[in-house]
Amino acid sequence: MVTTETRRADSFRAVRPPRAPERLGPAARRRRQSVIAWLFALPFVLIFGFFMLVPLFSSFVMSFTDFTSKDVRNPLGVGFVGLDQFAELFGNEQFVRSLLNTGYFVIVGIPLTMAVGLALAVALNNGITRFRSAFRVGFYTPVVTSIVAVAVVWRFILQPDGLLNLILGWVGIAGPDWLNSTEWSMPAMIMMAVWRNMGTLMIIFLAGLQNVPVDVLEAAQVDGANAWQRFVRITLPILRPTLLLGAVLLSVGFLQFFEEPFVMTKGGPLDSTLSVSYFTFNQFGYGKYGLASAASYVLFVVIALLSLIQFRALRSKD
Amino acid sequence: MTDTKTAPLRDRPTTRPFTTPRPRRYSAWKRQGWVYAALVLAGAATVLPFVWMLLGSFKTQGELLRRPVTWWPQDPTLDNYVRWFTELHIDLFFMNSLIVAVVTVLGNLLFCSMVGYALAKMDFAGKRVLFLLVMVTLMVPGVVTFVPLFVMVSKLGLVNTYPALILPFLVSPLGVFLMRQFMMGIPDSLIEAARIDGAGELRTFTGIVMPLCGPPLATLGILTFLGSWNNFLWPLVAAQSEEKYTLPVALSLYSTGQNATDYGLLLAGAVLVIAPIVALFIALQRFFIQGVAATGIK
Repeated sequence: MVTTETRRADSFRAVRPPRAPERLGPAARRRRQSVIAWLFALPFVLIFGFFMLVPLFSSFVMSFTDFTSKDVRNPLGVGFVGLDQFAELFGNEQFVRSLLNTGYFVIVGIPLTMAVGLALAVALNNGITRFRSAFRVGFYTPVVTSIVAVAVVWRFILQPDGLLNLILGWVGIAGPDWLNSTEWSMPAMIMMAVWRNMGTLMIIFLAGLQNVPVDVLEAAQVDGANAWQRFVRITLPILRPTLLLGAVLLSVGFLQFFEEPFVMTKGGPLDSTLSVSYFTFNQFGYGKYGLASAASYVLFVVIALLSLIQFRALRSKD
Repeated sequence: MTDTKTAPLRDRPTTRPFTTPRPRRYSAWKRQGWVYAALVLAGAATVLPFVWMLLGSFKTQGELLRRPVTWWPQDPTLDNYVRWFTELHIDLFFMNSLIVAVVTVLGNLLFCSMVGYALAKMDFAGKRVLFLLVMVTLMVPGVVTFVPLFVMVSKLGLVNTYPALILPFLVSPLGVFLMRQFMMGIPDSLIEAARIDGAGELRTFTGIVMPLCGPPLATLGILTFLGSWNNFLWPLVAAQSEEKYTLPVALSLYSTGQNATDYGLLLAGAVLVIAPIVALFIALQRFFIQGVAATGIK
């Protein structure tokens, strides 16, 4: 490959008058291209290195120190405390609570969002023939909105005598005081998360459904398989990598949930909606930077593991 | 009858959605009818919070507290919006959000394409390491980096400045990945031809490669704008006084501070934050949806 390219270039050069700066040996030419390539990469490398890699590494180091807001003036003077911050974390009831809350949010929220997203995708793809794009726009709109803004709106809707309980009242259900109940505050947040994120999965699943071969579905129908059997036996297995991808992508987002409790409940009542991100933010607010870093790294490890799963799934697809 | 049934098949033979062939016309219609009904109901439920927000933003505080709840504003008022502009300087927050978003988008478009080009079309020492770093950091959440980032920004004396709001997001691994993936698909022969014609790498990049990159640039631009407009945690930490608040920061602080129960005002604020991005989405929906599919699938 490389040799034919250079030979072609050489033959051209034989026709044209050779220019002095291009008369370089192959090694020198490669070195020259390396320099040019790194010049192209330079702005990215500088910004990315300084604002991403350095903080990522610093956060790791800080989680083994007793860094507080007082150490900002002299960051190198902090003391290393080994695993003390992590020991304090897992001994801290609030942190354990925030871990459980985050787990609750992800484990209940992800399957629900996936089910709704899949139902919408299948309905749009197979169930109807007209108005597809209008429905797609409608279901996707919540995705583009600011979580802070929709959290404000939902806080209003979730008031004890708000819109949701009004509608529930029509069918004879007396809705709870969603956001002031330790039992219902989390389901309320999950409900909002499903509403906001189902559009993302709908789009991803719609793209995946294009891979389901139509002739196979038709053959199955000729053989007498009903719609449900076709869905379970043909569509779902083909969709599996897409489902996994959607699940991981969304989990990474769900694991970081922060704006919803920040705006809607301040983490309450009684820490029932305190997430790991929110805990980290609070420790940062108290000036306990070391502890905050340790908490965020716990979250990061979980997210990294999930990304690894996705990476493998992607690779096995190729 | 047969014509209408086969026409769509001929138009889109490969990607045509699988719809059950209809042995009997009426039963098929009925089946689709149920799906339409369910979708309309689901669609209404999806849009309802936005409708409720919009209606509420035109109601007076008295009407919002009145029971039973009113649907249509009884005496519609623009007071809630007026207060945002006269008392609460929303124009300032809007400009902050816009400046941060636009600069972030421009930085991403330029810098991510440059690295993307190097990674896709050049051979150089360290290429594999660079690409690996990009892939590994694709999913690093902001909550992991914001504490040391704040310390660094403090040391640089940049707290509460535009650079503090912009610089950490000026480039993104996702952008590099998107641009590289697309540029890999540009034929080598095109770039060879330019090089042979004596174009330097910079000329090749600006004259040949970039004009072909419309689709991924649109995707990247939209995703970056969206991310920046809705970004919350870092602006909350980095903007410490009103004159540098972005829209979500301002709205969140008002909604949890002294205005926490002033729902007319808060709903109007939510409208002002959401409306520009929804308008943009509806105008450019094709690119938005392509963007999601691109990041999700490829």
